[in-house]
Amino acid sequence: MALAGVLFCIGLFGALTKKSAVMVLMSLELMTNAVNLNLVAISRFMTPASMAGQFAAAFNIVVAAAEIGLGLALVLALYRLRKTVELDRIDRLKG
Amino acid sequence: MPDSVAVVPFVILAALAVGGGAMMVLTRNVVHAAFWLLEVMMAVAGLFMLLSAGFLALIQMMVYAGAVSVLVLFTVMLTLRRREDAERSLDLSWSAGLIALGVFVAVGAAIASFVPPAVVAPAVTPGVAEFGRALFTERALPFEIASVVLLIALVGAVWWAGGDDR
Repeated sequence: MALAGVLFCIGLFGALTKKSAVMVLMSLELMTNAVNLNLVAISRFMTPASMAGQFAAAFNIVVAAAEIGLGLALVLALYRLRKTVELDRIDRLKG
Repeated sequence: MPDSVAVVPFVILAALAVGGGAMMVLTRNVVHAAFWLLEVMMAVAGLFMLLSAGFLALIQMMVYAGAVSVLVLFTVMLTLRRREDAERSLDLSWSAGLIALGVFVAVGAAIASFVPPAVVAPAVTPGVAEFGRALFTERALPFEIASVVLLIALVGAVWWAGGDDR
């Protein structure tokens, strides 16, 4: 669990500091992985028979996959529109 | 903890995961960062194996190490115009570091004060067969919802990233 905490904080740090949209998405994936690891670890040691945490982690993986797919599609669409992936320069909601 | 996992593989995999995560955040090259992310994913899959979650380890390898890393690399390659664009400034900031450190302290305190209840571990940890049986019987509704979520995400991704001629 401490390991998952460390991973989560590295991911949070990356998500807050990076300027490239793709890097932010990758940091988000890191955070999701940390959460999944924590779910599985707690499930392994507290409810080993019912595997509740494993189901939660499986659905979390599904949602994370959908999120990264949509996020990267959004990055591609933004790139086509603005020719940049720098978050500092994407500051208009209506182009 | 009622029982524990093997220490040596856990330490190796944990070091791989944390080191890979740190390298991913600290490297200057976006492509290198994508490969470090891939390494973290594989280490986490190994940790799932260690926690007797074999099915999740398989899913992790297929979804993250396979699909997500390829998707990330595709996007990186498509959005870079020149080779030099991959090299980025390190752009670290103190405020973000402070926030991450604060969250880490809070989480660490929570973990330190966490007392696991005594649980009698079953003689045989349930395997993939039990996982699949439970997934399609008592958890069939979330399963279907997850498939609908994936379908909507698929359509939405194609719609967003699709051609200009609409």
